[in-house]
Amino acid sequence: MSNAAPLLQVRNLRVEFPTRRGTLVALDDVSFEIAPGEVLGVVGESGAGKSMTGAAIIGLLEPPGRIAGGQILLDGRRIDNLRYEEMRRIRGKEIGAIFQDPLTTLNPLYTVGRQLAETMTTHLPIGPAEARRRAIEWLELVGIPAAAQRIDSYPHEFSGGMRQRVVIALALCAEPRLIVADEPTTALDVSIQAQVIALLKRLAREKGTAMMLVTHDMGVIAETADRVAVMYAGRIVEIGPVREVVKHANHPYSAGLMASIPPLDRRVERLAQIDGAMPRLSAIPEGCAYNPRCPQVFEKCRRQRPELMDAATTRAACWLFDTETDRE
Amino acid sequence: MSDATPMFEARDLARYFDVSRPLLQRLIAREGRRTLRAVDGISFTIPKGTTLSLVGESGCGKSTVARLAVGLYAPTAGEVRFDGQDLAQARSMAEQRRRMQMIFQDPYASLNPRWRVADIIAEPIRAFGLVRSRAEQESRVAELLTQVGLSPLDGQKFPHEFSGGQRQRISIARALSSNPEFLVCDEPTSALDVSVQAQILNLMKELQQRFGLTYLFISHNLAVVRQVSDRIGVMYLGRLAELAPAETLFRAPRHPYTRALMEAIPDLDMTGRERVPVGGEVPSPITPPSGCAFHPRCPLANERCRRERPELKPAGEAMVACHAVEEGRDDAMPMPAIARNAA
Repeated sequence: MSNAAPLLQVRNLRVEFPTRRGTLVALDDVSFEIAPGEVLGVVGESGAGKSMTGAAIIGLLEPPGRIAGGQILLDGRRIDNLRYEEMRRIRGKEIGAIFQDPLTTLNPLYTVGRQLAETMTTHLPIGPAEARRRAIEWLELVGIPAAAQRIDSYPHEFSGGMRQRVVIALALCAEPRLIVADEPTTALDVSIQAQVIALLKRLAREKGTAMMLVTHDMGVIAETADRVAVMYAGRIVEIGPVREVVKHANHPYSAGLMASIPPLDRRVERLAQIDGAMPRLSAIPEGCAYNPRCPQVFEKCRRQRPELMDAATTRAACWLFDTETDRE
Repeated sequence: MSDATPMFEARDLARYFDVSRPLLQRLIAREGRRTLRAVDGISFTIPKGTTLSLVGESGCGKSTVARLAVGLYAPTAGEVRFDGQDLAQARSMAEQRRRMQMIFQDPYASLNPRWRVADIIAEPIRAFGLVRSRAEQESRVAELLTQVGLSPLDGQKFPHEFSGGQRQRISIARALSSNPEFLVCDEPTSALDVSVQAQILNLMKELQQRFGLTYLFISHNLAVVRQVSDRIGVMYLGRLAELAPAETLFRAPRHPYTRALMEAIPDLDMTGRERVPVGGEVPSPITPPSGCAFHPRCPLANERCRRERPELKPAGEAMVACHAVEEGRDDAMPMPAIARNAA
């Protein structure tokens, strides 16, 4: 994967929220790349900045949030400084977005077929008849039974799992090269979740679509992602191949996060837990943001912020992996 | 255990909801009443000091059972017995209510945002008249806050000043304030991050050991359920498909639905492995399938399954509602990977 030219490059991204009590930095110096056909999983606790990163990429940051620094490049072209209309053309055509709640993504007043066809006629050089034909094809592809009959149904006539599949069809129908999926399966039951994940994986593989998969469900990450980025307090603290990050995390936070997942294959008397809570954006500690909760903290962690550095099989932002640091 | 009175017992418990359209529309469309059978005849007991969990997908009726258990819904049929007494016949409902409390899923919606935390926790204490003086109440609230891992000073704050996990601690402190013996926990950690979930589950275990609490635990997360339960009931469309000791259920699940559910869960060891989805959709509880409700999705279904509804019957250490298990046809469906790996 790493030899392919990256489709998405995020470089030193910084997102700020001006408030009455000063500026809050929601994302600070976030950098990563996604290659065509690659699935990057982004994990972390709520408020860590996962969804914010996705929103910044698709140009849908909630005001007053704004990109205050860094660049986002799609296929080498900067997209973080585009005007609204230009970005609107890229959204849908080049970047598809899947959000958590299928009810708020679909327009309840239009039939499913109309929403699909409209998306395609807007972004692809095809007429309404062709768009309708393809809409049926897409519904079949995402596993909606009797697609030809159901195309004129309204969103409320579908079950939750079906609706999420419609949302996925909607995100994919203009054949974007990048999909930003923010908790695409969180609202779904496990049996439906497995169907949706299988579908997304197949599409990434068959069509070479790149995907940024934001979720707090580590099981979904483990089976879907190629690489994983772990976020904490607005920064990436570790990034690497999925197997390494999930099973042998280097950063103490990633390791703690993975250890706190209840195991399915055995019963433990007491679950490993990370004491305390993630700091608020207005009170991020000096040095490494994780230092007050870190079991391996030492002096330098409280003073100086670590950047991502090589840590065995992954890259981790932690002084433990700095060969020149004296741990006293 | 068999001679002691169970803390909680559900006997053929059922709850139906009338989801008919308004009378005039029914007359115009010439349709009858429509009934949603959220819970349709389930029975189980929870011995004192133990945890029984109900798992299942959304719409299976597990939250309705939770509400029936604490008396928030009245049963359509069957009875809820609490410490040997039928809840509907209980002479003093207030005393029963004090002994059972509920913890809800959403720690944002279940705490009054205009009240200080100390007042939220003190409300049950005052409502049940458990203290004689203001000073006694204050010291009790401080004690409860400490027990759930918060500071007594936190009592002066408002709920919005706390994170989700801390709010759930406040909910637990409120539930404990009336010295209950039985706690009904409806998805208590589903809204929380995984690291916070571990904190809350550990806290609930500690409190159970310390106060000998009995839990009815509702969850959709099998991994969580495995950590907290003594026994587990798997629900499907308002009925129990399987009821078994926790370890038995995970080592040798019998019902095809239980097996399919376990096979469908993603796991950390799954990197690169495909999981096997359960085919099809959960049917509507308004028009449930004939016979066994799982038969349209079941690989073992035959003519009898389509016709006759299976009852919960003993099968080894478990209770299973499945004709295939009863007839010994269940070997045709492989054990899920989780159970195979454990064996």
